[in-house]
This record gives sequence, C-alpha cells and structure tokens, in this order.
Amino acid sequence: MLKAESLSMRYFRKTGKANHFFAVHDVSLELRPGEVTLLTGRSGSGKTTLLHMLAGLLTPTEGKVWLGGTDLYVLPDKALSRLRREKIGVIPQSRSAIDTLTVLENVLLPAQLNGEKGDEQTAMRWLEALGIANLKDARPAELSGGELRRMAIARALAGGAEVILADEPTGDLDDENTAAALTLLRRAAEEDGKAVLLVTHDNEALRFGNRRFRMDGGRLYSDEQNARRFDAPELGKEC
Amino acid sequence: MGASRLPFKNLLRKPGRTAALLLLTALLAAAVFGGSLVIGSLRSGLDSLEARLGADIIVLPSSAESKVSFKNILLQGTTGAFYMDASVLDQVRAAQGVEIAAPQTFLASLKADCCAVKVQIIGIDPETDFIVKPWIDESYSHELGDMEVVVGCNVTAGVGETLKIYDQHTHVVARLAETGTGLDTAVYCSLDTMKKLLAAAEAKGVTHQISSDTDDLISAVYVKVKDGWDVGLVNTWLNGHVRKVTAVRARSMFTDVSDSLAGISRAVTGLIGAVWALALIVLLIAFAMMIHERRREFAVLRLLGVSRRGLRAEILAETGLCSLAGALLGVGIAAAGVFPFTTLIETRLGLPYLTPSAVTVLRLASVTLLATLLVGGVAGAWAAARLSRVDPGVALREGE
Repeated sequence: MLKAESLSMRYFRKTGKANHFFAVHDVSLELRPGEVTLLTGRSGSGKTTLLHMLAGLLTPTEGKVWLGGTDLYVLPDKALSRLRREKIGVIPQSRSAIDTLTVLENVLLPAQLNGEKGDEQTAMRWLEALGIANLKDARPAELSGGELRRMAIARALAGGAEVILADEPTGDLDDENTAAALTLLRRAAEEDGKAVLLVTHDNEALRFGNRRFRMDGGRLYSDEQNARRFDAPELGKEC
Repeated sequence: MGASRLPFKNLLRKPGRTAALLLLTALLAAAVFGGSLVIGSLRSGLDSLEARLGADIIVLPSSAESKVSFKNILLQGTTGAFYMDASVLDQVRAAQGVEIAAPQTFLASLKADCCAVKVQIIGIDPETDFIVKPWIDESYSHELGDMEVVVGCNVTAGVGETLKIYDQHTHVVARLAETGTGLDTAVYCSLDTMKKLLAAAEAKGVTHQISSDTDDLISAVYVKVKDGWDVGLVNTWLNGHVRKVTAVRARSMFTDVSDSLAGISRAVTGLIGAVWALALIVLLIAFAMMIHERRREFAVLRLLGVSRRGLRAEILAETGLCSLAGALLGVGIAAAGVFPFTTLIETRLGLPYLTPSAVTVLRLASVTLLATLLVGGVAGAWAAARLSRVDPGVALREGE
C-alpha cells in the first residue's frame, strides 16, 4: 500500500567534518494493509523523519514514496494535500491539537476539511473507546498530555484513512490507556484493513506488531526475528 | 462546524489576540476616515462660502479693520459692524462694467437685556440683493416685511417666534439652510428694518463711528461684473475712483484661507500617511508574531491535508475578517468623534466647516474600508507567504 523506495534525507551543515549528514539513508519499506509495522530505534535515529517523509510532509532528498500507484512527491501540493487528507492519518509525536477547537471538533476536523460534515457518532465512539468522551466539549488547553495524545489517536482513526502513521502514540499514556490505544490501532489494521506504522519506544507495543524494524544512524534494519504475533488482551469495546 | 468556519472560530476563541489586531486596524481606519472627514468638511465649508458669496468684487470701508471684521463675520460667525455712506453705492453702480451692485448693512446685537441673542444682523436690499436673497428664497418666498427677520440655521429662534433686538421686537419668518459658515449665525432683515434697528442701537448708546450727514449707512457693496469685463480692471477702477473704500476681489479675499486649508490638508494627509505606514509596520510585526506563535497549529493543518493555498486562504480570511471588523470599528469611532463635535471643531479651527453630503461621507467610509482591507490583506499575504516556506515536518518537531 505505502512503499518507500531508497528513501534518504540529507541535511547540509556548515560545522563538523562532513558538510552533510543523512537523517535517513537509503531506506526501503512497505506498509501492508491489515498489518501493524513497528519501528523502533534510539532518539535521533531518523524514525520521525522517515515517518514525515512517508506522510508526504517532508520531501526526501533521494528516493520515492508510493501510495498505491502514485508517487507522492511528483504530485503538486494541492493533490498531495488532498491525498494526505483522504488516505493518510498521522498521529504526531508532539502536541497536535488546534487550540481554538473543542476535542470533538478536532476529531471531526479531517472529515470537514474533506468537505464532509463529519460523523459525530463515530467520532464519539472513538473518544469513548479512548476514555475521553466526557471531554468532548473541552478545549485542548484544559487537557493533559495523555488526553491530548488520545485525542490525536481518535482523530487519525475517525478520519477513515487507509494508512495510519503513529509516532510514539503511547508516549504520555499510562499502562491502561496504552493498552487501549494499541488495541485500537491493532484493530484498525486487523478489522478495517488499514496499514499501520507504529514508531515506538514502548516495550508494551512490541506485542502488537506484525513486523518489526529498527533504525540506527538513519538506516533501517529488519528485526523480524523479534516480532510477535498479535496477543494483546481484548478490551471488550466495539469501535 | 464546517472547515470554512475555522477562521471565525480562531478569531472568536482567541479574544485577546483578536482584540489587539482589531484595535490596530481600527486605529488605522479611524485616522483615515476622521482625517478625511475633517478635511472634506473644511473644503466643503470653503466651497459653500465661495458659492454663497457669488460676487466678483466686494466694496468695504477703507478702514484697516473692516476687511478683517468682514472675513471674521463670514468665516467664524463673530459679530462686527463698520459703515460707509450709502452714496458709495451710486458711485459703484456708475462704474463701467458693473452689472449689479447690492448693498448690505451690518449691526451686531448685544448679549444684554435689550437683545435675545448676540448675533450678527445683516440688512439686505431685496430689490437688488443677489447674495442672500436667493438663499432666503429657498426658505421664504415672500418679501421681507417690516420688522420681519430670517435667521441662520444656528440661531436659536424658531419660525413664528419673536426676537428682541435693541428692545425692538422682530418676527422670525424663516430659517435658512446650513452653509457651514459664519452666515449660519446671522439674522437677516430688509434695509428698512435695519434702519430702525440702527436707530434703536444708537438710542442704546451704540455709536456707528462714522461722520456722515446722512443716516443712510451701508457696510458692504457686492458687485457682479458684466460678462466680458475684466474683474481686475473693474476692481482697480473702483479703488482708484471711489473714495474711502477698498474694493476686494472676492476670490482673493479667501486665498489665505484656502492656502491655510491646503496647509492643514497637507498636514492631515501627512499624518494619515504616517499612521498608515506605522499601522502597516505594526500589523506586519503583529501578523509575523502571530504566525510564529501558531507555526505548530498551521503545521497540524498541513498534516491534516490542508494545502499551502488553503492555508494562505485561511490566514487571509482571518486577517481579512479582522481588518473588516477593525475598519468598521474605526469608521464608527471616527464618526462618533467627529460628527457630534462639528461646532467645536469649527470654533477651534476658525474656518468654515460643512459636513459633506451623505453620499460623500459614505464614499469616504467605503474608501477607508477598502484601504484598511488592503493594508490588512498585504500584511496577511506577507505573513502567509512566510508561513508557506515553513516545512510542516520541521514545525511539528519544534519544542519536542
């Protein structure tokens, strides 16, 4: 579904011995429908840069990103934005709420940017599944880091995207909410056929992936032998 | 909520930020509209005065004060009186090139027991007057009878009321339309009525400071020159041949006023320009700060699939709404600061002041709105252009 082909991101700098460095170097990766792909690695290894390139947010210096049969980076901005709006859901590592909108409005925003009204009931179901339905009318400034993270997860899942790119989605969550969020992401892959990339440091998350990769110094290494099949506990909630 | 309502939400839910931007644009609009309105009113006042005078030449007593006093009566509505022998009128009429010569006689009433109000009283000859009579005809179609007066629009006496002047009871038969000049504070009567008032004033001890063997006094003669005649030549002839008078070309009488008005106009225009430049710079800084503060928010919108163009439209919609609201507020503030205080402004400036017509005021307001929108648009477009160069991936990672 989403495929990276010899992807590199090279930054130029004036200091140091070399005049440039690779944040991501010659990475090829395919995200398949129905699968959760795990991506681990130390801080600064290039995980987020790779995720942004896969999301069509950061133009690679080399290589291509294909979604279906479309090369993302040959598209003009308008078409690329539309494709991202319709097919890619991103859960960024950092705070990503629109401060002037309520939680529910934030979750409905992708659909509305797409010219649709947005399904409030579906949005509420995701908020309930993530335990923040009671905060639907709250503004982001009133939310904790964990609640904001869960709102971002709900927004990505409610939008109907084919590809979910999650950058440390459980970073601010406690154990219970971590399990809930990962289960929802897993279900999105398993039941809705979405392709999910999960960038994580969380050992708990390792149980939820179909395939596992590790990044180091901008390079991608397959870590298939450590990947496990789904064995996460059921939450008993329908989403 | 539709995505198109996002700019409204952003503005309404960040009241502090919105209020600051609104205030800036309101300041700009108020300066432009208020300044233009005052300048326009001064220009209108002077135009109205020139149109109202309608004479080519004005003949006044040759005393140094008469010209100044005459101008003050017309421009500022102060009271004054100066006299010359009525025989001057025949000499002026006898001059070649003179088509009409119409006399007026002035008298200043007192603010005392004898008089209801302190006003300038102007006696006209209804037979020959082409200055005030056509104006009076707009409000009163009959001949001015004995002890009948017509009042300027700023005189506080209604039609049908009695106005006591030097213990003489005069009857107000009409009120005149506004001119924005000193003529609005005057009372008009026939020369016959004026003679009675002059006698009454003399009885009260008001001297007319003229050594004349006749009680037939006039203060000014308005001259209309025949078509084809050179006004300058007629004026020179009058100055050379009629004794104890000064003939002044009407246009030159207000040249200094016109010049000072042009000076004020330049100063106000310069001030408006400075306020504009300042407002533009401040708006650019304000928008740049706002954009910087909201880089992450805009990056999130990009992440959610808003195109660069869409983002620019969002920013322009916000700045446009802000500019429009600020412009409306500014126009309102300026209107509230100018319209109720026209008399005060007129008194302070000492110049004829006539609020332009509603159409002109609306046109000025529209130009102000457009100009403010333009400045807001330029600042917004500049901010949007800066933002579109920001990489959303980089902006999202800031502060991680």
